[in-house]
Amino acid sequence: MSLIQGIPIPKVSVPFSPEQASTFAPHVDALYLYLLLITISFTTIIMVLLIFFAIKYRRRSPDEVPRPRHGSMVLEVTWTVIPLMIAMTIFVWGASTYFKAYRAPHNAMEVYVVGKQWMWKFQHQTGQREINELHVPLGARVKLTMTTEDVIHSLYFPAFRIKQDVVPGRYTQLWFEATKAGTYPIFCAEYCGTNHSGMGGHVIVMEPAAYQEWLAGGAGSESAASQGQKLFQERGCSSCHQVDPGGQQGRGPTLYGLFGKQQAIDGDGQVTVDEAYIRESILNPQAKIALGFQPIMPTFQGQVSEEQILQLIAYIRSLGAAQGGAGAGGGTPGGTTAGPTTGGVTPASQRSNPLAPTSPRQGSPQPQLPASPRGGGQANANRVR
Amino acid sequence: MSNEANAGTLAHEWRSRFPTVNYLNADYGWKSWLLTKDHKRIALLYLASITFFFMIGGAYAAAIRLELLTPQGDLMQSATYNKVFTHHGIMMVFFFLIPSIPATLGNFLVPMMIGAKDLAFPRINLLSWYIYMLGGVITFAALLFGGVDTGWTFYVPYSTNFSNTYVVLAGLGIFVNGFSSILTGLNFIVTTHTMRAPGMTWFRLPLFIWSMYATSLIFILGTPVIAITVLLVAVERLAHVGIFDPALGGDPVLFQHMFWFYSHPAVYIMILPAMGVISELIATHARKPIFGYSFVAFSSLAIAIFGFLVWGHHLFVSSQSVYAGMIFSLISFVVAIPSAVKVFNWTATLYKASISYDAPMLYAFAFIGLFTIGGLTGVMLAALGFDVHVTDTYFVVAHFHYIMVGGAMMGYLGGLHNWWPKMTGRMYPEGWARFAALVVFVGFNLTFFPQFLLGYMGMPRRYHVYPTDQPLWQVLHVMSTGGASILGIGLLIPGIYFIWSMRYGRFAPANPWPATGLEWRTPSPPPTENFPVTPVVTWEAYEFRPVEEMAVIGPGTPDEPIGGQHPLNPGGDGGIAVNREP
Repeated sequence: MSLIQGIPIPKVSVPFSPEQASTFAPHVDALYLYLLLITISFTTIIMVLLIFFAIKYRRRSPDEVPRPRHGSMVLEVTWTVIPLMIAMTIFVWGASTYFKAYRAPHNAMEVYVVGKQWMWKFQHQTGQREINELHVPLGARVKLTMTTEDVIHSLYFPAFRIKQDVVPGRYTQLWFEATKAGTYPIFCAEYCGTNHSGMGGHVIVMEPAAYQEWLAGGAGSESAASQGQKLFQERGCSSCHQVDPGGQQGRGPTLYGLFGKQQAIDGDGQVTVDEAYIRESILNPQAKIALGFQPIMPTFQGQVSEEQILQLIAYIRSLGAAQGGAGAGGGTPGGTTAGPTTGGVTPASQRSNPLAPTSPRQGSPQPQLPASPRGGGQANANRVR
Repeated sequence: MSNEANAGTLAHEWRSRFPTVNYLNADYGWKSWLLTKDHKRIALLYLASITFFFMIGGAYAAAIRLELLTPQGDLMQSATYNKVFTHHGIMMVFFFLIPSIPATLGNFLVPMMIGAKDLAFPRINLLSWYIYMLGGVITFAALLFGGVDTGWTFYVPYSTNFSNTYVVLAGLGIFVNGFSSILTGLNFIVTTHTMRAPGMTWFRLPLFIWSMYATSLIFILGTPVIAITVLLVAVERLAHVGIFDPALGGDPVLFQHMFWFYSHPAVYIMILPAMGVISELIATHARKPIFGYSFVAFSSLAIAIFGFLVWGHHLFVSSQSVYAGMIFSLISFVVAIPSAVKVFNWTATLYKASISYDAPMLYAFAFIGLFTIGGLTGVMLAALGFDVHVTDTYFVVAHFHYIMVGGAMMGYLGGLHNWWPKMTGRMYPEGWARFAALVVFVGFNLTFFPQFLLGYMGMPRRYHVYPTDQPLWQVLHVMSTGGASILGIGLLIPGIYFIWSMRYGRFAPANPWPATGLEWRTPSPPPTENFPVTPVVTWEAYEFRPVEEMAVIGPGTPDEPIGGQHPLNPGGDGGIAVNREP
């Protein structure tokens, strides 16, 4: 029984369907079964009536004219109201399923996705990059933050029953929790040009131990945040934006602890400093000016790729991301026990618990961690991302 | 009418075969056809050109199905395949489905059914055919020059910034073609309001007129939106203004909203006329008034109105807001109800009816069954959680083909058969017609039912190649292609016998079925002016009258009896000509 909605849904499987490999899949299959039953019932009723009438009331003599019957208000109301009520039950079930699927949980493992003609590029927070393949651990909640470099694509995991378009100029999100180890196909599901049908791959769901081995196999790759830190320095962002708490305010807002907060902007109101706002600030800084600052930030349009923007975002969100162990204030190199390749985040801590929360929000609840052979109790040390 | 002076000419041959002067033989020469103001001739012009574009679209369909026999892309390159499915969609949607029933059956029948001599604006009617031809020629030229590969949906930014094909030219053809729809819709609305015969009140109108009226509302309100959308795509593509380009401050999803704001009502343009035809077919061939007339009439209007409010159900995974998605989902369920009401009313009409198995009735049966499946799978798609999994897969392809082919095309074929005697004065061969209907039905289901299964299993649409590690997928594709072959044969058969019948078919009486409706009160084929005297309507819709009251309206001469045996009057000579003074 899956309790994802709070309502127990029996785990049904329907013929001619992909494997059920996520917590969401049984819900979609159960909804599908309900829809099939309704469709088959109504179709059968109509077809049986048609055939029955066609035979029973077939013309028997060429000049017969049957008695006209013009209508019945009772029948009209009945067969309007009852289908409408059935349709409303379908709406409620469908909408609640959808709503839950689109709300990514806070404490999910983040993966950045960039689609481009004609491949999918994935980057784990620990730095591993994959093309057309995505390794994820079994039982972990995985949140994909996605965009595209060129045209609209759509990332589709049939075995998870999820799909979301990637749109240029904005981030879209998808999340899942895989329930069955194995290799499942992924497809591009929005026509995108010549090699649209070749733009697929696989998602590989691994037991947590196997996943950690796989992560360890990528030793030496920098985390996304440390790559972002490099870019931050190379592109000259640090000349205007402080990354440490305290110290002199620069020409631009200090970025320490800024991610997730509300920022007052010139003109009206406030904006939440999230991925989309940071991306906009890099590419179109004049769109929203932080209150109290001059509009002097240059645009970096054309100078950073979508993947680099995501790395910068990873870096910025690691700044001042609350208390605890390694990785605090990720802008201080050497603050950890790991080697120079790791920058602000310890791969050891990350790898030992891939389910570490990714949101720096204060007071976010402890994640419910499944048992894992290593580091299952390292919750505190791994609160930081 | 003396024939001696014309002996030996073609005119003589025509006149001696038909008992009367009718709209087909009233005048000769290509000018009399290409510069005609007669709505009936314009309907035949449309019939010919629509059939031509249908065959082009069908050829592209054959290419798609042949390629998909194998998982690999072995028949053509991906770039070619992408053009092939695009051309199939453009030709079928814009040049076959949207104009088919309104421009052929609508043009022919709307004036006749209401008792008028022609449409309100005959010259605009002819203009709309020329605009249709111009749009068709431009689009066909785009296909011949090298084609377009954006999909018939032209999504940006692929169509504006990335495609290297004839996007602007194809878009221009569609833009031009839209005006043909708008003018036709305008004509029908004005005609229905102002030219009904005395006594033909709104609630005595045949339900086909109600459907055409609702369709015409969508024509004039919706088509300008696609025109502007296509224009903006061209502007963006040529001038990079930044309407849809996020790098310039634009929004690519705005295109989707604009496109589907028209294209969803467009699918109701495709189905409403077919529903109107079905009402007529059932009333005629089951010899009963449609059960719940006013409910069926109002449901046409409800579908047209609600159809404008549901476009966002094409954008559930497009990054549209979750809350907008919920609203569109809710309204999409509501829009399904009037269609269901129609299906129930048609079924109820058959209760204690007198049902014939003539080809039009077989097509009507096929419509009801297949439209029910197509419509209910649409209801499935409106369920958000389910749609996420199957949108952009073959499930959607199967859904819309059930409605468009299993619904709209069956309605079109049934209507052609039903009114063929009236339009041409000839009967088609009934045995072949029933056989062809059966072949079409079987072929259609074999083609498209497997696609529902393919879709749920995850096969996306517009795929040139598909995974080789899913053997069941290829099995389903092979079934689908086999079905398409059968469907193609089934559609060829009427093509052949309709043409055959124009020369060798049995002459048709004024009212062969018989049916109610003013169009059956004129000879087959009708005279150019439809009714020599304006009819005065004193009966309700679908009222089967005693024979002597169902006579042909207008004068006839005793030595030219109109029509043959009238089934309701076996002793007489059917359709007795009576001189009616107004």
